[in-house]
Amino acid sequence: MELKSNVPSGPMDQKWTKHKFDMKLVNPANKRKYSVIVVGSGLAGASAAASLAELGHNVKCFCYQDSPRRAHSIAAQGGINAAKNYQNDGDSVERLFYDTVKGGDFRAREANVHRLAEVSVNIIDQCVSQGVPFAREYGGLLANRSFGGAQVSRTFYARGQTGQQLLLGAYQALERQVGLGTVKMFARHEMQELVVVDGQARGIVVRDLETGAIESHASDAVILATGGYGTVFYLATYAKGCNTTAIWRAYKKGAAFANPCYTQIHPTCIPVTGHYQSKLTLMSESLRNDGRIWVPKMKGDQRPPNQIPDDERDYYLERKYPSFGNLAPRDVSSRAAKEVCDEGRGVGKSGLGVYLDFKDAIARLGEDKIRERYSNLFEMYERITDENPYKVPMRIYPAIHYTMGGLWVDYNLMSTVPGLFVAGEANFSDHGANRLGASALMQGLADGYFIIPYTIGNFFGSNKFAKVSTDHAAFKEAEANVAGRIKSLLSIKGTRSADTFHRELGKILWDYCGMARTEQSLTTALEKIPALREEFWHDLRVLGTGEEINQSLEKAGRVADFLELGELLCRDALERRESCGAHFREEFQDAEGEAKRDDENFCHVAAWEYNGEGKTPTRHVEPLEFESVHLQTRSYK
Amino acid sequence: MGGTGSDQTMNLTLNVWRQKNRRAEGEFVTYEAKDINPDMSFLEMLDVVNEHLISRGEEPIAFDHDCREGICGQCGIVINGSPHGPRGATTTCQLHMRSFHNGDVLTLEPWRANAFPVIKDLMVDRGAFDRIVAAGGFITAPTGNAPEANSVPVPKENADLAMDAAACIGCGACVAACPNASAMLFVAAKASHLNLLPQGQPERSRRVLGMVERMDGEGFGGCTNHGECEAACPKEISIKFIARMNRDHHKASLLRIFS
Repeated sequence: MELKSNVPSGPMDQKWTKHKFDMKLVNPANKRKYSVIVVGSGLAGASAAASLAELGHNVKCFCYQDSPRRAHSIAAQGGINAAKNYQNDGDSVERLFYDTVKGGDFRAREANVHRLAEVSVNIIDQCVSQGVPFAREYGGLLANRSFGGAQVSRTFYARGQTGQQLLLGAYQALERQVGLGTVKMFARHEMQELVVVDGQARGIVVRDLETGAIESHASDAVILATGGYGTVFYLATYAKGCNTTAIWRAYKKGAAFANPCYTQIHPTCIPVTGHYQSKLTLMSESLRNDGRIWVPKMKGDQRPPNQIPDDERDYYLERKYPSFGNLAPRDVSSRAAKEVCDEGRGVGKSGLGVYLDFKDAIARLGEDKIRERYSNLFEMYERITDENPYKVPMRIYPAIHYTMGGLWVDYNLMSTVPGLFVAGEANFSDHGANRLGASALMQGLADGYFIIPYTIGNFFGSNKFAKVSTDHAAFKEAEANVAGRIKSLLSIKGTRSADTFHRELGKILWDYCGMARTEQSLTTALEKIPALREEFWHDLRVLGTGEEINQSLEKAGRVADFLELGELLCRDALERRESCGAHFREEFQDAEGEAKRDDENFCHVAAWEYNGEGKTPTRHVEPLEFESVHLQTRSYK
Repeated sequence: MGGTGSDQTMNLTLNVWRQKNRRAEGEFVTYEAKDINPDMSFLEMLDVVNEHLISRGEEPIAFDHDCREGICGQCGIVINGSPHGPRGATTTCQLHMRSFHNGDVLTLEPWRANAFPVIKDLMVDRGAFDRIVAAGGFITAPTGNAPEANSVPVPKENADLAMDAAACIGCGACVAACPNASAMLFVAAKASHLNLLPQGQPERSRRVLGMVERMDGEGFGGCTNHGECEAACPKEISIKFIARMNRDHHKASLLRIFS
């Protein structure tokens, strides 16, 4: 397997412009002859499907939810970054590029990140013209706020529902195409296999989740925009249905899986309350604009927070990182929270929590201002915890939130399987080892609106396509595999539900491959996961049949894939013997406990190639070169 | 452990609508929910019931859900006659068991409306909402055409009001709550969001005409001002948007007659 990044030559700030000119075009009359399958209808999928249909391509779009508008992009709260410099505070494409490369701890491909920063400004223009109701100032112009890892205000937002509004914009563009008949939408359909013919991605096999029918769909290219795989940890801020099946099936058909160990842990989530917990809820990073994070200075301090005087509080982020304070990046903030809790200074019944306190902001700005900025988040917090955050500080703790790893793609967002493109969180590009806040929405829309529509045209324009129909043997074989797999899940007839296995897998990963990892912990995880997988295939209980709505069967299929991915995640974490961004190996830290990179040996992307059932996958390497932003130790002090 | 709720668990009786598929007849089946922690969400309570059912060899209750944080709009159960349950401004997934008491008997039903056929147990098909959006609930702005974002200022009041309407999550509780199963609040929220913005003006008339026509075609009932929709809406979308859309619709209908 060869990892050719296909980054264009020339100066960094001209690569994308030059590439756009160099790419081949398809004449407008011929565009409809090329068909595209888009799997996933979140920001990346919906924007790609709509944009490709607008260009004239023949598009089919699939999602497992009951409507494309439900995709989990909808839950993003805080905002979207763009280098507009509307605040006149020194922002620029170069600065957004720099912040993102540095924020990713120098483990992203520079040229991709630069392009992302360039198109960020077009995204805001596009969304405003679609009617996204961004927050505005009294003069009618767009408002901004700050986010972690940046010293400028470049984040655009729609109250605490930015993801919802951006997704509805893309969804409406998609539905417009559905109405025009250029996109055929398949809701409640889940991809089960990628179909590769003569080395090229030529379609997918899906299961109709209502009828259980197994169906084949052929196309000239396939785009996976199926999101991240963080639900492998069970408890996460993802939607319950988020899964790895689409990208995992593609991995098993030859798409390299890059940096699976880069999993982001978000510092501000509502702490776990009990063993029945089914998911975790994020409290937007934007709250750190006005909230101050602290724990008591004294271990085991049981006093209510309002009775702890200021000089007995440790505002540890402000103390350790004075220049970024409460807006230190996510990986740094999460580890700092773990550290104070490990010292016995955590708060709440479990001791796994820190305070996020608005007392000073309310005193300074008034409760009304805070209500205007964050009311929906405060209400959500109160509903879940039964505590009023206007009166007592919020309790928060880190939780799994995003995965920077994903299928490996070249500069054109094409995977190692020709014709298979990967967009949004499902790919590995742009965020390196740590994503900055408000950059996921930016990347999803950049990929879907402004990158894939160009690069896929180039792919069509520069290749010949033999006619392939769903009668091809490759489709029949894939359908048989899917049917066989469903049959095996249903015929185990053991004693345990899929959920119990999923919880157990999540606990293994959180305990041994979570916020801090060691050679020892990872070796342990690599023994426990295969054993659990073995048990799954012997003791799983799925009731009902495959020819109807069967939510247990859907879960079981997803958990089966998570049980395989979990192992690869730990293997990747084990082999990356350095600390970088969200990947913190305890053996590699400096005297102050900060992550210590090893640029000598690990300044590269690790991409895994599947070698078949029971065989160890091969670790390939794409070296990273930094010509514009010089390698340096990341400091937020 | 978090929350301020007591550690006292509770036992409830659930009368749940079970229906095998679109064509099958449904019926209520009674289940006991035991040792329920008040800090659990309503759906977590159902997860616990389902785990018990699976261990007893009975098929679990099917219900729709995804984000479990009140924003995707996929969940929705009628609990004792109220869509999304007794608490105002709350989706089913954000409803917590502390809203109930030990010994409560709860009736769980799917959304009931001709335009939302039941597909299994508590799950319905809300595809009609997507088709209404496809019939005009958008601004035609193909990718790449956009002018600079700040070239058209939008008064803050209008942007805020548009956002109030845009907060709709498309769950369908408004339809389930309405005695006529009308979709007016959903349609009005989308039309108002777009019609309040300068970018939405060129298609203002086409939009309401297209969406309302589709709504009628899908078999939703008419609005007779009961106001149940507003009371059931988890995002507190105001019924005033219906009046706003009616104005737009009357104007557009007249213009169509005279043009």
